[in-house]
Amino acid sequence: MLTLDSLGRHYGDHLVLRDISLTVPDGQLLCVVGPSGCGKSTLLRTIAGLLPAHEGTVTVDDTPVSGVPDRLAVVFQDYGRSLFPWLTVRENVALPLRRRGLGRAERRAEAERILERVGLGGVARRHPWQLSGGMQQRVAIARALVCRPALLLMDEPFGSLDAQTREDLEDLLLEVHRTDGATIVFVTHDIDESVYVGDRVVVLSPGPGSRVLLDLPVELPGPRDQIGTRGLPGFVALRAQVGRAVRSGKKELP
Amino acid sequence: MLGLLGVLIAFGVCEAVSRAGIVRSSYLPPASEVLSRAVELAGDPAFLDGLGATLRAWALGLALACAIAIPLGLLLGSVPVVDAAVRAIVEFLRPLPSVALIPLVSLLLGSGTETKVALITYASVWPILFNTIYGLGETDPLAKDTLRAFGFGRLSVLLHVELPGTAPFIAAGIRISAAIALVLAVATEILAGFGDGLGIFIAQASTAPDGTRDVLAGVVWAGTLGLLIDGVLVRCERRAFPWTPEHRTLQRRPPKGEAPERRTPQGGTPRQRSRDASAPMPGRHSAADVSDREARP
Repeated sequence: MLTLDSLGRHYGDHLVLRDISLTVPDGQLLCVVGPSGCGKSTLLRTIAGLLPAHEGTVTVDDTPVSGVPDRLAVVFQDYGRSLFPWLTVRENVALPLRRRGLGRAERRAEAERILERVGLGGVARRHPWQLSGGMQQRVAIARALVCRPALLLMDEPFGSLDAQTREDLEDLLLEVHRTDGATIVFVTHDIDESVYVGDRVVVLSPGPGSRVLLDLPVELPGPRDQIGTRGLPGFVALRAQVGRAVRSGKKELP
Repeated sequence: MLGLLGVLIAFGVCEAVSRAGIVRSSYLPPASEVLSRAVELAGDPAFLDGLGATLRAWALGLALACAIAIPLGLLLGSVPVVDAAVRAIVEFLRPLPSVALIPLVSLLLGSGTETKVALITYASVWPILFNTIYGLGETDPLAKDTLRAFGFGRLSVLLHVELPGTAPFIAAGIRISAAIALVLAVATEILAGFGDGLGIFIAQASTAPDGTRDVLAGVVWAGTLGLLIDGVLVRCERRAFPWTPEHRTLQRRPPKGEAPERRTPQGGTPRQRSRDASAPMPGRHSAADVSDREARP
């Protein structure tokens, strides 16, 4: 279980996050939505222990977090920068396993198994930059999954992909979530996407000093389907509700 | 192809100027004579011994420079306190033209191999040092964060991200230093005037009657050597770092056995989604950019 207790963060005088309290039960897929610049990425980096919290605490499984929590994985939007170009696809995916004391052959086998799973069986020995954007982000997802994380953080992971590729990856994420059951915090600025993939959507107000504007459970029948789910009246209503929250936040600005 | 044409024309002009008697042939011997003398020298054991001595000093000096500059650069680039302390000394020493130190070092170390190696090392340290520091500074913070998020510590980040990312910069620095090292090797020999080496050959030929041809033949050797070294190193870099942005374009092939990425959304919702993802990384310098900046013998 991931708990944020009145979390706050600032850069100098600039307040970024204000009094964020959330409890994310194990296995939930939480979407965090907000306009750009509202501190979504800062929130994610703070949970990841990459940035220290200035106020409040982050707790993972009843242990207060200082530094990077165990069994954590992060997927960033910019796969071109977060994948290592000097390593092959397989070496990139196998890299996190070095910390688990596995032998070379085991690391390889594990990496290939997970690549197969995200639909990249044939490209293990290529370099990431030889692949398309969608395939590169699949590699990044495979690398995040290879350690079987208990907590997976995703920072606008599909933000720079074209619509079709994006839908494919959303479905891949849902499938991974169903089978692995990891707790996922998924940051996006796309309202449709948040309702489609999320078990729950949290809307942040625009900065400075973002706070939680709306905390909404998404009760849609699963398994979700790109065309069917998006056409459901429930989906449309939720999307409208999230959309209004995002817009109302904007009006609050002086 | 065009480059070859340029060489041929220059060769022809030199040949013609000399043959036509515009310049006295003892000042500028015909290009063909210089070239045939240069080829002839390849069979002269005494000349080859000298060449060997020059190359040995070159290699030793360059190796020493690497051994000093790379660890020092990594230290300066990753520990700000050390950098601040040492920066002033470095900035004072760097603009000193190394050739101006030849008399001083000769005075201290004599005119043997030690002098040559010391000067070569001194001059070659700078490009490697600065490229190493610069390369470390260019390491992508997101790449470091990625590794940290997987629970890796500071040393792992250095080993798995910063070192591989800096390696192309270091290699470019070594390539620049290789050229500078050759300049220093030959120049030191010319000024020392006796012993063994390509520079000695040139210096001695210049005092002999009608020695212009030999001097020029020696110069042709020096130039060819420089060209050869540079060519080899460029090839090595391309092989070792195919992933750097400037080499990638040569390597990129369409993925085999995979459907090309769909670019047109079919029946997609009219949301603003597509941004070009395959654009090259913005704001990143290639190793070659720095090398141009740091290249000054």
